[in-house]
Amino acid sequence: MRRSGGAVLVALGVVALGIVVASLRVNPYLYFAGYVILQYIVIATAWNILGGYAGYVNFGTPAFFALGAYTAVVLIQSIRPPLPVLILAGGLVSALLGLGIGYLTLRLRGVFFSIATLALSIVLQTMIINWEFVGGSRGLSVIRPTGPPFGNYVTFLFTVMVALAVVAVMTARFIQRSWLGRGLAALRDNEEAAECMGVPTLRLKLFATTVSGFLLGVAGAPFPYYVTFVDPNSAFSLDYAVNALAMPMIGGTTSWVGPVIGAVLLSSAQQLATVTISSELNLFIVGVVLVAFVVLAPEGILGLVRRLRGR
Amino acid sequence: MAALLEVDGVTKRFGGFTALGGVTLHVNTGERFGLIGPNGSGKTTLINCVSGALPVDGGRIRFDGHDITQLPAHQRTRLGVVRTFQIPKPFSSMTVLENLDIPLEYAAHRRSSAADADAMEILRAIGLESKAHLRPAGLTQVEMRKLELARAMAARPKLLISDEAMAGLSSAEVDDILAILFRLNERGITIIMIEHIMRAVMRFSQRIVVLDAGDRIAEGTPDEIVRNPDVETAYLGE
Repeated sequence: MRRSGGAVLVALGVVALGIVVASLRVNPYLYFAGYVILQYIVIATAWNILGGYAGYVNFGTPAFFALGAYTAVVLIQSIRPPLPVLILAGGLVSALLGLGIGYLTLRLRGVFFSIATLALSIVLQTMIINWEFVGGSRGLSVIRPTGPPFGNYVTFLFTVMVALAVVAVMTARFIQRSWLGRGLAALRDNEEAAECMGVPTLRLKLFATTVSGFLLGVAGAPFPYYVTFVDPNSAFSLDYAVNALAMPMIGGTTSWVGPVIGAVLLSSAQQLATVTISSELNLFIVGVVLVAFVVLAPEGILGLVRRLRGR
Repeated sequence: MAALLEVDGVTKRFGGFTALGGVTLHVNTGERFGLIGPNGSGKTTLINCVSGALPVDGGRIRFDGHDITQLPAHQRTRLGVVRTFQIPKPFSSMTVLENLDIPLEYAAHRRSSAADADAMEILRAIGLESKAHLRPAGLTQVEMRKLELARAMAARPKLLISDEAMAGLSSAEVDDILAILFRLNERGITIIMIEHIMRAVMRFSQRIVVLDAGDRIAEGTPDEIVRNPDVETAYLGE
């Protein structure tokens, strides 16, 4: 109990630090880039709850992210509620989608599950492309609310993302260390044996897909205000699918720390490459690094560290 | 003795193939029960139906006063029906000790803080305590079988179903596993043994049921089974 109390203190400290950084008013680009890195911490952490803990590889991250973003767009277009409502609504709608794909795991395992999630993303994108209310294929401009608590709206969104990243990481940490995490690890290792040892595998899988979906939707909900122009190509970008998978793989999938390390390293590298070399180089970097890790360190950076310590 | 497990007219079909054609049998509390039959006779299918891995197409299964026919597998485990697998299925990312923590926590409802001590005790009883902190990949075949049994024990079974726990083991190793099963039975656990090694089943079982092509063809003590002409025909042909 005392240790989790310490973790809450650290979490609050990180949020406070985020507010301090936001109030420094350094180069605005840093907040812009920082938002993306933090967003990827949420995405990678959320993906890992299903892909890393439970071993169900989800290629449909763009579907969940975009569903969060477009839920926000619908609400902005209709009743314009405050940002926290958008985030909560985006999360809940994506959580419902997560619950839906959870039932897919009854029949689909391994690569077949992954293919189904990829298909889900394409189906959803097609539906959005044909929905005029949210801008269809042309996309839609979104006007940010006026008067954010911290002068500039991007700086404000940066601090919001700091808080969301902390919530996501704390959730993943709690799951990993509780009976839930141990049950998920058992079903990842062998689903049949887990069920026969008393683990309610279906319920745990539904839990994992729902929580993972919720957090991915939460990551997507502030997106319209961040970019101010939402179109299906950017919201359903393949980058999300690839990064969501690559970051935990590079960091290490069995612990909550792994996706955080992977997200910080990889998205910082991407941001740096975008500014200094070319914006097209992003996915190339991810590809090279991912191949290198799969070959040389299949258990990610955490596995590498553990191996070095063990010797 | 009262019946702990009652299997009543259980049928199971895979497409047009009838794997179990209305099998009826019972296992008494505290009994050492043998289930034998040639390859493909439906032994493992029957066990899958009893443990909940497969839904039945007809018939009823009662255990310890509950109708478990429709229960999902994990709830049957919690009631006390625990099985091991023919091909060991350890949780490979966990140590041997952690493998036991899963059923202790999920089936026997031990708090995680107390689970490790319980797990260690079971490992000691089965002779795996020196391997407690190893990953299953570092175990030998016979140790892997022992882990299967230890993990099943951690679920606190009333009925332990041992599915070919001895296949492929040497004669000394078979004796080793047999001794463990005898000890478990002495502690009051009912055991169903499915086995091809006749020496082991005949020595272990108090009562044996023989399956052939999804039907029960004989029942009796080991001596009666050995002398039964139908059993001989099932195994050797006319």
